[in-house]
Amino acid sequence: MVEEIGKTAEGDLIINVGPQHPATHGVLHLIITLNGETIKKVEPHLGYIHRSIEKMCESLTYRQFIYTTSRMDYLSAHINNHACALTVEKGLGIEIPARAQVIRVLMDELTRIASHELWWGAMAMDLGAFTPFFHAFRERETINDIMEETCGARLTMNYMVPGGVMMDLHPNFQNRVKNFLTLYKRKIHEYDELVTGNIIFQNRMKGVGVLSKEAAISFGVTGPAARGSGVSCDVRKLYPYEIYNTLEFDEILETEGDSFARYMVRLREMNESIKIIEQLIDNIPEGDFQAKTKAVLKLPKGEFYQRVETARGELGVYIVSEGGTTPYRIKFRSPGFSNLSCLDHITRGGKIGDLIASMGTLDLVIPDIDR
Amino acid sequence: MFSLESLTTLVQDWLNKTFPPTWALLIEFVIVGILAIALFAALGLVLVIMERKVAAWIQIRLGPNRVGPLGILQSTADTIKLIMKEGLTPDGADKFLFNLAPFIVMIVSMLILAPIGFAKGFHIWDINIGVLYVSAISSVSVIGILMAGWASNNKYSLLGAMRSGAQMVSYELSVGLSVLSIIVLTGSLNINDIVLSQQNGWWLFKAHIPAIISFVIFIIAITAETNRAPFDLSEAESELTAGFHTEYSGMKFALFFLSEYINIFIVCAIGATLFLGGWMPFHIGNWESFNHIMDYIPSFIWFFGKTFFMIFLIMWFRWTFPRLRVDQLLNLEWKYLLPISMVNLIVMTLVAIKGWHF
Repeated sequence: MVEEIGKTAEGDLIINVGPQHPATHGVLHLIITLNGETIKKVEPHLGYIHRSIEKMCESLTYRQFIYTTSRMDYLSAHINNHACALTVEKGLGIEIPARAQVIRVLMDELTRIASHELWWGAMAMDLGAFTPFFHAFRERETINDIMEETCGARLTMNYMVPGGVMMDLHPNFQNRVKNFLTLYKRKIHEYDELVTGNIIFQNRMKGVGVLSKEAAISFGVTGPAARGSGVSCDVRKLYPYEIYNTLEFDEILETEGDSFARYMVRLREMNESIKIIEQLIDNIPEGDFQAKTKAVLKLPKGEFYQRVETARGELGVYIVSEGGTTPYRIKFRSPGFSNLSCLDHITRGGKIGDLIASMGTLDLVIPDIDR
Repeated sequence: MFSLESLTTLVQDWLNKTFPPTWALLIEFVIVGILAIALFAALGLVLVIMERKVAAWIQIRLGPNRVGPLGILQSTADTIKLIMKEGLTPDGADKFLFNLAPFIVMIVSMLILAPIGFAKGFHIWDINIGVLYVSAISSVSVIGILMAGWASNNKYSLLGAMRSGAQMVSYELSVGLSVLSIIVLTGSLNINDIVLSQQNGWWLFKAHIPAIISFVIFIIAITAETNRAPFDLSEAESELTAGFHTEYSGMKFALFFLSEYINIFIVCAIGATLFLGGWMPFHIGNWESFNHIMDYIPSFIWFFGKTFFMIFLIMWFRWTFPRLRVDQLLNLEWKYLLPISMVNLIVMTLVAIKGWHF
């Protein structure tokens, strides 16, 4: 038996990375073909955490189906819920109170920071440095505490409902967020000292997993992964929803397209989110947190589409309505799926370590890919 | 002053008086064997708990704190767990080599212990080629690792073993050259002589910049030699799950784990002996009174203090740096460390010949 190790028809080594593997952060299954340490092909196999969320949504009402979407991309649950709520509101044609809009944007940006924090820690852990993970969690815990206080949950918040948000902000919210902002600003330099400036880290990231602008567009890559290649694709800027067109923030673009560019985009994006939160935290308007809606929501016959920018890229929600209380068909355009599709393209010819680094910077969340 | 030398001579004299010489020698062997194994067990437990505490300290968390006071019995509990676990041999593995590999790695670690001077007059084997012996024996452990990787019938293990082979063979050169640069100064391979030559100051301070360069190279190379992060490519958790010991469980895994820590101890002990004077107290030239005060600290405290300082350095690396990629690892050795240490050796030889050191 020992003689048969790695013998294939072409004499290549074929390795199953996953479904249980420390680097895939979930049940992603990659079949990689190796020549020594060099990668010849990467073939992702999906479906290990497919829960048929889209089909389930067809038998849930427009109020209920939002809760399943927290389980898609569990790291940006708020933003998923937000997208669904926006689509339903578009169909119903309701106007959202100003307070609810501000709360939604605040929550979205906090979620984005929390998601990037976790990505940063996991990314460093993929590269073999364990300590950044704990440093990232120190800040992320603060955000989770804020969420817990206001929404009652730390991960699957289910806070956004059609018409606004489920309940009003907790009285401590503003103070807590301000404390978080001071903590973040005091600690953010550690991120650069511990990881970004590290020579080993830069060698591992620079020039690795290069995704050209054209390739990024043709693979449908969105979010920070595409912005690292210089593709301007921030939905908050291009197709503003809620109050994003009134806010001051920059779309972060890097042009190198390598893993380090994608890394820098996410780090700088966190600062932009901080900027947005600072603009809003003292200016939360008084008023209703939810618009008056009917007890049973019925969307008119037709098709409705809404896109938002999650921490990973563009999430599109497409609802086909027959005029009933449940959608006829729902389709989610999840960012993870398209981002994963470029993995083979960017890792061919690299080493196994490059595969891990590139996969880390794509920031894949597997339940988001499979749904 | 308390010294272990008197203890060893006492035992030696008593045995030789009471028993015929052959029996005395045999009993000494048994005593040394028991002491070595006891040291192994103690070191394994201490280093594992130390690693976890250091990691916790760096990672702003508490670390083990449930079993025993401050969690110091945690590693004991873990060892008991590992002993109780089933030692699985996978179907399709080469059973003989698979089961042999952890023992080879372990035996190698035990053998290297022999010439190390733990305190004044306290070493197992005062051999005149001590340093050469250490570097010769330590290169055998790569065979154990290759064997483990090959016999597991697992592709991850095979990749890990391949990486480990390339890495350990390469970095041995740098270790050897930086050790040589101290040998050039002392003119002896005997570890006891090397320690005695640092009577009036440690080589790290006495031999100017070349000694510091070779000390830095030595630390980098031993980190790679013992497969520790940032050079832990043979285990590379996020790439190869656990590398060459993926298929090992129970006590067979524990032997690999233990030998990793023992190897760290040994290479750090060698480093402390060569560059930091081993059990020699901190002496400065001819400051008589200062040197006398330093002499009051027992020699084994000096030895273990220096060794654990170096172990702490290596743990610090592990919890700070990301891992290198395999080609970068080999580039670092062949393109940077090896040429630098070669030039450094020539400079050091010049220093030794001209007598420019203190």
